[in-house]
Amino acid sequence: MATEILMPALSPTMEEGTLAKWLVKEGDTVSSGDILAEIETDKATMEFEAVDEGIVGKILVAEGTEGVKVNTAIAVMIEEGESADDVADAKPAEAQATPDAPAAAAPAAPVAVVTPAEMDIPEGTEMKQTTVREALRDAMAEEMRANENVFLMGEEVAEYQGAYKISQGLLDEFGARRVIDTPITEHGFAGIGVGAAFGGLNPIVEFMTFNFAMQAIDHIINSAAKTLYMSGGQMGAPIVFRGPNGAAARVGAQHSHDYASWYSQVPGLKVVMPYSASDAKGLLKTAIRDPNPVIFLENEILYGQSFDVPVMDDYTVPFGKAKIWREGSDVTIVSFGIGMKYALEAADELATEGISAEVIDLRTLRPLDLPTVIESVKKTNRCVTVEEGFPVCSIGSYLSAQIMTEAFDYLDAPVLNCTGKDVPMPYAANLEKLALTTTKEVMDAVKAVTYR
Amino acid sequence: MAAKKPAKKANVSKDELLQYYKDMLLIRRFEEKAGQLYGMGLIGGFCHLYIGQEAVVVGLEAAAKEGDKRITSYRDHGHMLACGMDPKGVMAELTGREGGYSKGKGGSMHMFSKEKHFYGGHGIVAAQVPLGAGLAFSDKYKGNDNVTFTYFGDGAANQGQVYEAYNMAELWDLPVVFVIENNQYAMGTSTKRSTKSPSYWERGAAYGIEGEEVDGMDVLKVKEAGEKAVAHCRAGNGPYILEIKTYRYRGHSMSDPAKYRTREEVQKMRDERDAIEQVRDMLLTGKHASEDDLKAIDKEIKSVVNEAAEFSKESPEPSLDELYTDIYMEAEA
Repeated sequence: MATEILMPALSPTMEEGTLAKWLVKEGDTVSSGDILAEIETDKATMEFEAVDEGIVGKILVAEGTEGVKVNTAIAVMIEEGESADDVADAKPAEAQATPDAPAAAAPAAPVAVVTPAEMDIPEGTEMKQTTVREALRDAMAEEMRANENVFLMGEEVAEYQGAYKISQGLLDEFGARRVIDTPITEHGFAGIGVGAAFGGLNPIVEFMTFNFAMQAIDHIINSAAKTLYMSGGQMGAPIVFRGPNGAAARVGAQHSHDYASWYSQVPGLKVVMPYSASDAKGLLKTAIRDPNPVIFLENEILYGQSFDVPVMDDYTVPFGKAKIWREGSDVTIVSFGIGMKYALEAADELATEGISAEVIDLRTLRPLDLPTVIESVKKTNRCVTVEEGFPVCSIGSYLSAQIMTEAFDYLDAPVLNCTGKDVPMPYAANLEKLALTTTKEVMDAVKAVTYR
Repeated sequence: MAAKKPAKKANVSKDELLQYYKDMLLIRRFEEKAGQLYGMGLIGGFCHLYIGQEAVVVGLEAAAKEGDKRITSYRDHGHMLACGMDPKGVMAELTGREGGYSKGKGGSMHMFSKEKHFYGGHGIVAAQVPLGAGLAFSDKYKGNDNVTFTYFGDGAANQGQVYEAYNMAELWDLPVVFVIENNQYAMGTSTKRSTKSPSYWERGAAYGIEGEEVDGMDVLKVKEAGEKAVAHCRAGNGPYILEIKTYRYRGHSMSDPAKYRTREEVQKMRDERDAIEQVRDMLLTGKHASEDDLKAIDKEIKSVVNEAAEFSKESPEPSLDELYTDIYMEAEA
């Protein structure tokens, strides 16, 4: 019986990939474990093995095809005695990519909103579609070129080119002295990073995920954040701790924690959580130059997403300045990081229902651009906050208190917080979906505060 | 009373010996004074005295050169005085005054001096060990031949991050001397009740780090071991471990009644092994100094310490707007 070989998902967040190379041809007999093809994800090139023995009846997706969606049929296997012709009509159920037109393959989910005019970008600046991943790499490379004292250390950052490919190419350009693979020892290398910062260097410490930084949090807080104060201003730690934060997809409770509110509570730290690629780049460059310890919270799902990034010699984004992505008059939606995805989708959808939402991306959580939020709420009189972290002592609850204090008389409805649910992240797909906040929840919250 | 068998090491000049005597005596008198000020309520919070361990820092500082760095735990007064920090600034920090090294915002456990390359003063047991390795990393990265002395106690030696730091220090050949000040008690828990491994320095072997045990009550032996360790690091051979056997005469902190050991044990150490007495004996028997000379030194040190104490009382408390300064450094435009 003919069976379809489907495009495999080779990482928790992979949605599509490039079928780089077929290692078998039609008519070949293969055994279980034989390598059928090489598939390029956004993180790595992986070998794809046969699960069962059989004969390659038909190849449905030609090598070199980009943007092949996960679960698309890429080949048909037949058994002894069957004819390849029997399956000539086999319709690949979800095959969307056409081998003849690889260029037409959709790029990774482009964001369906208009990037607002940036005051930091001169008019007429050329824009280039760039993934968040590339933007982060470019930021580090530019700063390493500019300052000899900047170096990168972390697990798999050098020879492996980054567990999430963020540091791709950096080892080649800067060498092993400045791009340093560490053993798996977060507590130790975070401490060494802080010590190196005391010693006058500007380390970038990559955590494979911020979940692992809990092993290192003593150095982040007690050693890095507090020393400037404890030394009466004599010495601080100019260091960036960066890496993916929050939920990816189906990685369970110990790999899904959002630390935005934890670190935002600590005086002495600066906390950044970008959404777009241009902010990722501009804010990371600012972070590397900052003389204070900076927590730079990235998101694995956003890594592969593309945004317009200005083509400029030195594009930086200042800390403490929120960005208004979309102006509106009925409600203010405040978010940051991947929460912006839900905020913007909800605003789009609400617009079709006649509700005009203003969407604010905080970009940095410490310093926090409260004035922009307050001004907006004074205009719209309503506010919904959106984040993936837990509800108790969330960024949203802090914003709610501040809005109550600063704009009490302007509010026409209580501020509502859309957050992750108050549970460890479940593994099961349906429960995971339920545990995260959604575009629909944001829409419902907006309707509640606008009494629709 | 005095040590019966003074070290026979002749590799020391009269002037050096006198200097070690003065340096150790300064630490002891300073700490005694700090104890008094604590009793008077002028010093608050935790205050961990270094009395008994003076030979460790004085011996190792004798092996250091300008540019070398040092970092330690919260029992840090001796380290600061030994590397040349001003007793007035240290004492004023203990009393929480504006004239203190951290403007009164750090306290006994958190003091720093960029000028003297003293990187603290850390209140979390063993946190200074990877930090010290990181300081050494910065020197290696810059390509100079500075060495970092990273001090920690026998208590810290059981922390996991020590071994994470050992591993990377050896892997990357970092110029760091790990100094285990083994005073035999981690707060109130003796080494025998903390570990079955016979010696701490030998644990370095698991990571390929050389080291040795040193008699920490003999300042000349400490200096000699320090010179060897420093030469090892400066030559690019990576880290070195010194386990320095020492003894703290006072409690863990001012509020420790030290019921976990006998008075006799402490007294025996003071009578037979005291580092300052040993050098005093050498100075007298070697005719390098007379009783009168030593009395003059005692007097001189007493006046330095008294001046520090006076300064620490007279220096005003920090101004109230200091509450909100030094949290962030201004980014350069």
